[in-house]
Amino acid sequence: MLLPPNQAEGQQSVALDTFPKLLLNHARVRGNKVAMREKDLGIWQSWSWSQVAEEVRALACGLAALGFQPGDKLAIVGDNRPRLYWSMAAAQCLGGIPIPLYQDAVAEEMVFVLDNADVRFAVVEDQEQVDKLLEAREQSPKIEHILFDDPRGLRHYDYPFLTSIDKAQEMGRAYDREHPGFFEKMAGSTSGSDICIMLYTSGTTGNPKGVVLTNDNVIITARNGIIREGLTENEEVLAYLPMAWVGDNLFSYAQSYVAGFTINCPESGATVMTDLREIGPTYYFAPPRVYENMLTQVMIRMEDASKIKQRLFHYFMEHAKDTGTRILDGKPVSFMDRLLYKLGNFFVYGPLRDVLGLGRIKLAYTAGEAIGPEIFDFYRSLGINIKQLYGQTEGMVFICVQPDGEVYADTVGTPAIDVEIRIDDSGEVLYRSPGVFHSYYKNPESTAKTKTEDGWVYTGDAGYFAENGHLKIIDRAKDVGKLNDGTLFAPKYIENKLKFFSFIKEVVAFGNARDYAAVFINIDLEAVGNWAERRNLAYSGYTDLANQDVIYDMIQECVEQVNMDLSKDPLLANSQIKRFLILHKELDPDDGELTRTRKVRRNFIAERYGPLMDALYSDVDVKHVETQVKFEDGRSGILTADVKVRNTKTFTPVKAVS
Amino acid sequence: MYERKFGEVILDLKGISLSFGAMRVLNNISFNVRKGEIRSIIGPNGAGKSSMLNVINGVYHPQEGEITFRGEVRKEMKVHEAAGFGIARTFQNIALFKGMSTLDNIMTGRNLKMKSNMFWQALYWGKAQKEEIEHRKKVEEIIDFLEIQAIRKTPVGRLPYGMQKRVELGRALAAEPEILLLDEPMAGMNVEEKEDMSRFVLDINDEFGTTIVLIEHDMGVVMDISDRVVVLDYGRQLADGTPDVVRNNQDVIDAYLGVPH
Repeated sequence: MLLPPNQAEGQQSVALDTFPKLLLNHARVRGNKVAMREKDLGIWQSWSWSQVAEEVRALACGLAALGFQPGDKLAIVGDNRPRLYWSMAAAQCLGGIPIPLYQDAVAEEMVFVLDNADVRFAVVEDQEQVDKLLEAREQSPKIEHILFDDPRGLRHYDYPFLTSIDKAQEMGRAYDREHPGFFEKMAGSTSGSDICIMLYTSGTTGNPKGVVLTNDNVIITARNGIIREGLTENEEVLAYLPMAWVGDNLFSYAQSYVAGFTINCPESGATVMTDLREIGPTYYFAPPRVYENMLTQVMIRMEDASKIKQRLFHYFMEHAKDTGTRILDGKPVSFMDRLLYKLGNFFVYGPLRDVLGLGRIKLAYTAGEAIGPEIFDFYRSLGINIKQLYGQTEGMVFICVQPDGEVYADTVGTPAIDVEIRIDDSGEVLYRSPGVFHSYYKNPESTAKTKTEDGWVYTGDAGYFAENGHLKIIDRAKDVGKLNDGTLFAPKYIENKLKFFSFIKEVVAFGNARDYAAVFINIDLEAVGNWAERRNLAYSGYTDLANQDVIYDMIQECVEQVNMDLSKDPLLANSQIKRFLILHKELDPDDGELTRTRKVRRNFIAERYGPLMDALYSDVDVKHVETQVKFEDGRSGILTADVKVRNTKTFTPVKAVS
Repeated sequence: MYERKFGEVILDLKGISLSFGAMRVLNNISFNVRKGEIRSIIGPNGAGKSSMLNVINGVYHPQEGEITFRGEVRKEMKVHEAAGFGIARTFQNIALFKGMSTLDNIMTGRNLKMKSNMFWQALYWGKAQKEEIEHRKKVEEIIDFLEIQAIRKTPVGRLPYGMQKRVELGRALAAEPEILLLDEPMAGMNVEEKEDMSRFVLDINDEFGTTIVLIEHDMGVVMDISDRVVVLDYGRQLADGTPDVVRNNQDVIDAYLGVPH
């Protein structure tokens, strides 16, 4: 097994293939280095690796004293707290399996997992989580012990199975004294092929599935990621994403244990942005919406800045747009441009990076959904090395990562170390890697459906390799369709491209088994309304604004720009948008048009707006419609409108499908 | 879930009457407060609830009646006595320093606990420094308790109403009071904010053993969290007892729901 250079010192004899072994090694090799920080009472408290090892040891022995056996599951529920991470390690030291759960799940949602995984022990953060587990326990009586971190409000809870972590650690220290050598023996007997953790995937349909991962899955993948990006023991990471999510487990636990870098736990969910700034992480992950929010904040605050500052900001940001990205990618930049960028760095980029809390960033990842190119470019032009990766729980995150200097907004990069990728005939992406999961817990059927005999995993995503060798994900495989002429049609891909325009809020793309692609559009009332106000354009509400010709002109430009982009795509060039209309009402979860997480329900919408669909696929210019709507107070009414339909310009494909 | 136990009577009011000129605001009111309980005073607008609180912390001096506090019988409370003996309060209309941060506002609540004088405090050296650090620790504990870490350094004038109410509660808590007087802590709040505030009131009572005297309009909240309730109406005392007793009292029902004519 490959070890990163910082890992090899003095450790040739024993393979560091499990978390307990890694932890004990850090305590030996870099015992005084800070392993973890948490902001408490306004001050950052820290623990060194040897202190963490001590804490974990006491907790593990405490669990053992309470009857925790090898193979037992330990449910972990709460925010990112050091002691919850320690309990994860403690379970692993005893050969147990930690199962972090989403802290905002309600009791009923927890019942399934607790029951499915036969959980006997749980470690939770506070009274709120204790209450949920007590509720869940009524339906899933397998839980025998609940440990809690924060005693507040729990004084009067008189249950024999409820213990504070403090108490458990105290018991553990006593147990340790009475059973010398027990901890070393347990920690030492763990092996790479042992099951290391179970992560439940949320599962949009049906029950969640427990993804079983071994130590080798997690540790080898984590190590490969460290090697590829050249991470060291000196990184600083902010642990703020849910512990139950595979990404947090990788970035804030596994990679820290492998490389020996520091994890920082924020004070509370509401203080993450302040804490980010105080810590100044060097290695950071955030979903696209976090980057989007940060950018919006900056832009709003710039609006309020003085005229001089505004001009300075816009001048240098314009310069950075081209130069910054080129410098980051190591491409040639003229001397003057470089000089001007240095100046801009002094006046604008540096202070801005600092305000965002990204002043020390070496590497920032994003993943999960498509990120708008201008958001992506904004950060890169500031000199922040933000890259996309593609992954899933079943592969312990890393499948593809964008290499330094080859970062494009619309691809997810090249395969990560040791990862093989192939595309099957239907266009679905498959991969095989050391991180490929062991199985779905107690679910051989799903396991067989997802993972082939020889270790290939179906991602459920459709994609292809672009000319530059980078993987491009276009849509969920089941949503990808074909136009009548056989052209590939990826609705989500088109929708996302349009949604990157700030004037467009929602898009519904149609085309499967049709002659051409066409879209319904929802304008963004706030952005377009603002735009209209600045032009003294009067309107009475959404329906009125959406129907104005100037707005149609503006949206048409957006659509045509997307068509231009599409025309350059070898596979999707023929699925350019021929016709579009702007819906007379905003899509709303209350009307069943969007899911609660605001995903469009394409088929439902097609049915509900049948007359408009017909208009889209005929040559009428205006269509009169009546739609029933639900108001916020529960009443319903009829909305009538004459919806216009526009044709758009399409472009000749730059390169035909070969 | 568990039996609530209360200590001895720490504040006993007997036959309190208060007038402003010819206007009789309180008329022969008698009730007591026991250690560790949540005691509510309810009543319609102008019933004399706030006046009652002001009598307790010494802002108003009643013409008749006697107050027994800490075993000592007196005719009236003095403001500095009340504060010194551990009675802290919040106000119906928020009374914070708008330009100061949450942290500084709560720190002002420690004022009476500070021993070093202004000179040493200004120097921030020696004992004064040590003292300030201790006070800051206490304030940070309150910030943690009330879950307002995210607004620690925000000027309170920029905070939403519900948050300002929470900061004000924090300032009252900073005095580590024995009795906490809350004047309509939930007025003007939405359901979620009310739930939060109720939880904090219960937690303060539970965690620090603070006795709480509460004025509140929202009957649901009062009945849910109080141990005993006293009902006032136009300066008269209508009823006194547990929420159940009060809820079924005919005078109270008449006063709240109106008497059919």
